[in-house]
Amino acid sequence: MAMLWPRMLRGLRRPLTDPAPAAPEATVAALSERLEQAARRRLGRSLAIRHVDSGSCNGCELELNALHGAVYDLERFGLRFVASPRHADVLLATGPASRNMVEALLRTHAAMPEPKWVVAVGDCALGGGLFAGSYAVADGVDAVLPVDLVIPGCPPSPTLLLEGLLALLGAQREPPPAAPPPRAEPRLEEGPEEGPEPPDEAGAPGPRMERDA
Amino acid sequence: MTGPASDLIRAGQRLTPWRWWLDPASWAALPAALRQEPALELLALWAEARTVHAAFRLGPELLLASVAAADGAYPALSPARPGAILFERAIADLWGLRAEGAVDARPWLDHGAWAAARPLAVQGQGGGAAAAPLPALPVGGERPQPVFLPAEGEGVHQVPVGPVHAGVIESGHFRFHVQGEAVVRLEARLGYKHRGLIGLMLGRTPRAAARYAARISGDSTVALAWAFAAAAEAATSLVPPPRALLLRGVMAELERIANHLNDWAALCGDAAFLWPQARLGALREGVLRACDAAFGHRLMMDRLVPGGVSIDIAPSGPDRLLAALAVVGAELPALRRICEEHASLQDRLAGTGVARPELVAAYAAGGFVGRASGRDFDVRRDLPYAPYAGLEIAVAGAAAGDVEARLAVRIEELARSLELVGTLLARLEPGETLLPLPGKGGEGIGLVEGFRGEVFCWMALDEAGLIRGLFPRDPSWLHWPLLEAAMEGNILADFPLCNKSFNASYSGVDL
Ligand code: SF4
Repeated sequence: MAMLWPRMLRGLRRPLTDPAPAAPEATVAALSERLEQAARRRLGRSLAIRHVDSGSCNGCELELNALHGAVYDLERFGLRFVASPRHADVLLATGPASRNMVEALLRTHAAMPEPKWVVAVGDCALGGGLFAGSYAVADGVDAVLPVDLVIPGCPPSPTLLLEGLLALLGAQREPPPAAPPPRAEPRLEEGPEEGPEPPDEAGAPGPRMERDA
Repeated sequence: MTGPASDLIRAGQRLTPWRWWLDPASWAALPAALRQEPALELLALWAEARTVHAAFRLGPELLLASVAAADGAYPALSPARPGAILFERAIADLWGLRAEGAVDARPWLDHGAWAAARPLAVQGQGGGAAAAPLPALPVGGERPQPVFLPAEGEGVHQVPVGPVHAGVIESGHFRFHVQGEAVVRLEARLGYKHRGLIGLMLGRTPRAAARYAARISGDSTVALAWAFAAAAEAATSLVPPPRALLLRGVMAELERIANHLNDWAALCGDAAFLWPQARLGALREGVLRACDAAFGHRLMMDRLVPGGVSIDIAPSGPDRLLAALAVVGAELPALRRICEEHASLQDRLAGTGVARPELVAAYAAGGFVGRASGRDFDVRRDLPYAPYAGLEIAVAGAAAGDVEARLAVRIEELARSLELVGTLLARLEPGETLLPLPGKGGEGIGLVEGFRGEVFCWMALDEAGLIRGLFPRDPSWLHWPLLEAAMEGNILADFPLCNKSFNASYSGVDL
């Protein structure tokens, strides 16, 4: 037993944690527009995330959980998952918004303090993806809550998730950088619907729930 | 092998080599006969419009029985098989068929929020756009409250948990009745994640519906896609090419390895033993990256399809996989010893969350849950299928049925799967990987060993080759009730450990 530790520790000495991915600047710029100056000051460079599974296949959860691990080490960026929506800045939803989860989604969102973001993770969280049209699905998180950022993929890889979340952090910088570092950012554009939803001039469309009800 | 219940089934009208049509009187006699034949295990119970089907296993043989539910009702099997309870509740919610004499008639998947009640009640309906408006759900408004089974005694109080949990976990509600710190009764209320999967898959070709099968439970995407594909191939008498079958085996073992590593890590984390958690998580990440390099997807989703596999392994794939698994294999003995020898960890795991062997047998629970409680069954060995047929499959087992035993079985399985991947890769010969599925009618079953246990799938195709009836059964259907039972008498604080040691799928049951 005592002999084993030195050998195992040698393995640990290699830097396990991946280098940080850069946040896609186009996404950062679009998100910044959505965030008022005041909100930016209040949020600072740290985000507390409340995850809600609204009918996922659990594939997205596997990759979200990988962010915790030594390899991705989410917390080094000031990003962390929190237990209570009252401590959260971000509601991160996976799944197509099953009708049985709509109430929990709305209640979680309502319990969060302003300012708050909604991030829809995974192809099925936007519009319901494959599951759209089912009697049991509200056709996407965007049908229930105003979505600020979409991270596409089925499921998105941890690296892609990290890039998306770093874009949220980047949007809180003040002011947004005049000259973004030159970096082609194709990855968030790969999905069926890219990047963030464009800012809506007529004000946020608001929860579609209310109109339907 | 025979017995009163299996004889009763075989006395019915034989529709396929393994399915019999029973008249209502024979079906009504089933519960009494089942009580006299404990070896006849209930695998699944499901319905089509106006018909109820049950699948049993007797040793190496599968028997299916069907009955017409003419007046919207059929005699319940739950008085004789506790595993039938959740299926009967789901049948009532989805197909609107009542189980007469059922042990539990409360709703299960239907929480009163769907666009349609009894969505699968009419044949051919279900999938399509049921675009009824969402029911009004003002925050703070009233919803019909679920009824939970009672627990009585001095000082008993309830602790509700979920559907939104503290961590990144699937959605589901747990209702604890607690006396002091000890749990008197736990009840899991699921269905929050119901997506209407069966309805979405009906009326499609197996190829088109395979994308849904791959998303029944993402952590078991390979196993569920395999059972689904095997059912489709059995229905159309198609045998996939040998190379595809070997690659399926490789993917299934990789899925088992990744999940066992993941849950082993999580168990250490729940017991505040953090170093192995970090290390096991890093090893798992190495495996997932190798899967990505070999098959173009970290979880290998949509890679296993009816007819074979949708993508051949990358030329560098075998080497990448073997390298990643070699790292796991090299560290496994030390990690295992550290976990076995640390009193602080053992103190939390040993004796916690015991699934009693007689209960496990009554439910016929599969996978490491069953094997850790003395149920020695593994489809790969006992009902062998390609590419496992002819291979030596050593099945791990234990008797204690506690968290420690479930973990020990998984670690042992992990070690054997590492070897199996090498064996299967070594057998790969160049060749085809995908055959077109004939567009014709038929009926088939698939039974494969996923990381949680045996995944069962039944499929009926109409003349055009479209899915007319379907039931994919994740092993979790039989694990959830055992988790509830295993929590009795344990302290509330040990629930995360118990829950993780079962790691039943929410989405796999919610469908
Ligand atoms: S996006 Fe894909 S992986 Fe994520 S929950 Fe939806 S189906 Fe599963």
